[in-house]
Amino acid sequence: MSGSRGELPPLVDYLVVPAVNLTLAFLVSGLVVLAIGENPLAAVRIMLSGALGYAEGVGYTLYYTTNFIFTGLAVAVAFHAGLFNIGAEGQATMAGLGVAIVCLAFDGAPWWLVLPFAVAAAALFGAGWAFLPGWAQARRGSHIVITTIMFNFIAATVMVYLLVNVIGKPGAMNPETRTFAEATRLPPIRDMLLPLGFDVGTSPLNPSFFLAVLAALLVWLLVWHSRLGYEMRVFGFNPTAAVYAGIDPARVVMVAMMISGALAGLLAVNEVMGVQNRLLLEFVGGAGFVGIAVALMGRAHPLGIVLAAFLFGVLYQGGAELSFERPKISRDMVVVIQGLVILFAGALEHLARPPLVRLFRRTRRTAEA
Amino acid sequence: MEFVESAALVLGSAVRLSVPLLLACLAGLWSERSGVVDIGLEGKMLAAAFAAGAAAAVTGSAWLGLLAAVLVSIAFSLVHGFASISQRGNQIVSGVAINFVAAGLTALLGQAWFAQGGRTPPVQGDARFQPIDLPGEVAARAAGGFGRLWSEVVSGHNILVYLAFLAVPVTWYALGRTRFGLRLRAVGENPHAVDTAGISVAGLRYAAVTIAGLLCGLAGTYLAIAQSAGFIRDMTAGKGFIALAALVFAKWRPVPAMLTCLLFGLLDAVAIRLQGTPLPVVGPVPVQVFQALPYVLTVVLLAGFIGRAIPPRASGVPYTKDR
Repeated sequence: MSGSRGELPPLVDYLVVPAVNLTLAFLVSGLVVLAIGENPLAAVRIMLSGALGYAEGVGYTLYYTTNFIFTGLAVAVAFHAGLFNIGAEGQATMAGLGVAIVCLAFDGAPWWLVLPFAVAAAALFGAGWAFLPGWAQARRGSHIVITTIMFNFIAATVMVYLLVNVIGKPGAMNPETRTFAEATRLPPIRDMLLPLGFDVGTSPLNPSFFLAVLAALLVWLLVWHSRLGYEMRVFGFNPTAAVYAGIDPARVVMVAMMISGALAGLLAVNEVMGVQNRLLLEFVGGAGFVGIAVALMGRAHPLGIVLAAFLFGVLYQGGAELSFERPKISRDMVVVIQGLVILFAGALEHLARPPLVRLFRRTRRTAEA
Repeated sequence: MEFVESAALVLGSAVRLSVPLLLACLAGLWSERSGVVDIGLEGKMLAAAFAAGAAAAVTGSAWLGLLAAVLVSIAFSLVHGFASISQRGNQIVSGVAINFVAAGLTALLGQAWFAQGGRTPPVQGDARFQPIDLPGEVAARAAGGFGRLWSEVVSGHNILVYLAFLAVPVTWYALGRTRFGLRLRAVGENPHAVDTAGISVAGLRYAAVTIAGLLCGLAGTYLAIAQSAGFIRDMTAGKGFIALAALVFAKWRPVPAMLTCLLFGLLDAVAIRLQGTPLPVVGPVPVQVFQALPYVLTVVLLAGFIGRAIPPRASGVPYTKDR
């Protein structure tokens, strides 16, 4: 999130620069598709029609979007405080445990009664898993990136242990808990949209989508309209100045990490309570890492994140359709695109900027002349 | 004697399991000592493993597999170098990107080219690196007892194992005792000073990431066509991150890196060996404890509870000339 600002009009900075980076990422992806011996344009057409061409596809797209909004927001909140939280995956994993405990404890109770507790448990477990890396960075000076990576692996092993030895369904082939009662599961959104003439079919879209949009709104309020958000941004921009301004760096780091972890944790409400209806190994499925790409693409702004999350929702759902129609292009194509987006929008963000700055200087000069 | 023999078996397997960690860890050491943080070790190793498996399967030669792996891994390294040295991008973001591109590309190309669920066709004979028996192997094996230490732990590994352990003194000497190594370490601590002395910061850093690429290439080759008989998707399974943990643990020094990787390899070997068998005194220990131990230890070390791990001062910081 660095780079010289102010040399470009904000609109160019926030729209054209990411668009150029995204285009580069897609161009390289197209080359990969060519190398496989398929037609990239045909691939794009299949992806778009698979993700947006019919209501059920849209339902799937929005279901993926929900996950990516949560993890994108998680990464972005930490970004604002100058922290790179690579641990959304592990935080969401542990949050799944929280949601499962609540759902199993209240099993059979109606979902609207259970939901607040599940949300609280998800946020609490996610925040809890992010607290230790935050604390270690703030108080002990260890690097947040390394600790959050380690915590991802620790979360994965803890999950295996718990599902195999403690809370798993006895005699099950896969390590998983038993399925929640029908009443406790989040209802698919289908029943609410059907009267409006919109049939999202069997897609797993559920009310967590609205929770995600609400979370985006709250993050916007937090970062730009609260004292804490201001402190986070000051600290992220210049930690030394923040200390002079009387901001407690340790507090900002720990609180930002916990909010970040809580947001990542909310993914578990969508997946565990809304879709899988039981706790599975690896239910997060890499969404924690997609959050990094989403936050970079969305430039850490909630609106940008919602849009970027939607873009990745399209990629995931479209990618599934594509692998169905063109078996040579497996779903791993989406991972490649994701990596390229991270590369071009994140690590190579300065690639597009200098030529654009030059271009603007020249047009401004000609305009003045 | 029976104890010595089973200890020899575990130690031998610990050596084999530590090799990819050691190579990747030394790769990270070279890169980070020059000031370029590398969390893309995992991705480079994976890409190299795929290249080795694919090339060995197609050509039937392990050496061509090795060559392909090293070239691919160095190519990935140079992308990381371009982003972090020339473009002054965020090195961690770049490393994350490398990991994703490698994970996706290997699975995608594996499926598209070989149509075996992302794996490469199994290789054997000359397409694999075979164990080398050192002198006295037969006699030592026949002798049993302590002879097994020779036959299981020291002898009977493939050439990459010996190369990996040879890379430790080479790295120690090159980094610590040569002019190139001195300059490279200086670039990781104070690039301004090096620049003032008229030496190219970018040049040294590119050299370092290239060496890192070479070592990751060896690590991937080992995984795909020495330890196994072909590439399978995600076969690195987090080893790049364990190597990163080992690097922190070793405080960015070659000999401790070797010892740490051997320790982590031993944990792995013990975990495999102990599946289901209870330990004396503590009783049955879940395998997951051994699996999580390297990560937990690293976090504890980073938090400064067992010594302090201080990375090279300029690592992770792109170098910008003062005006």
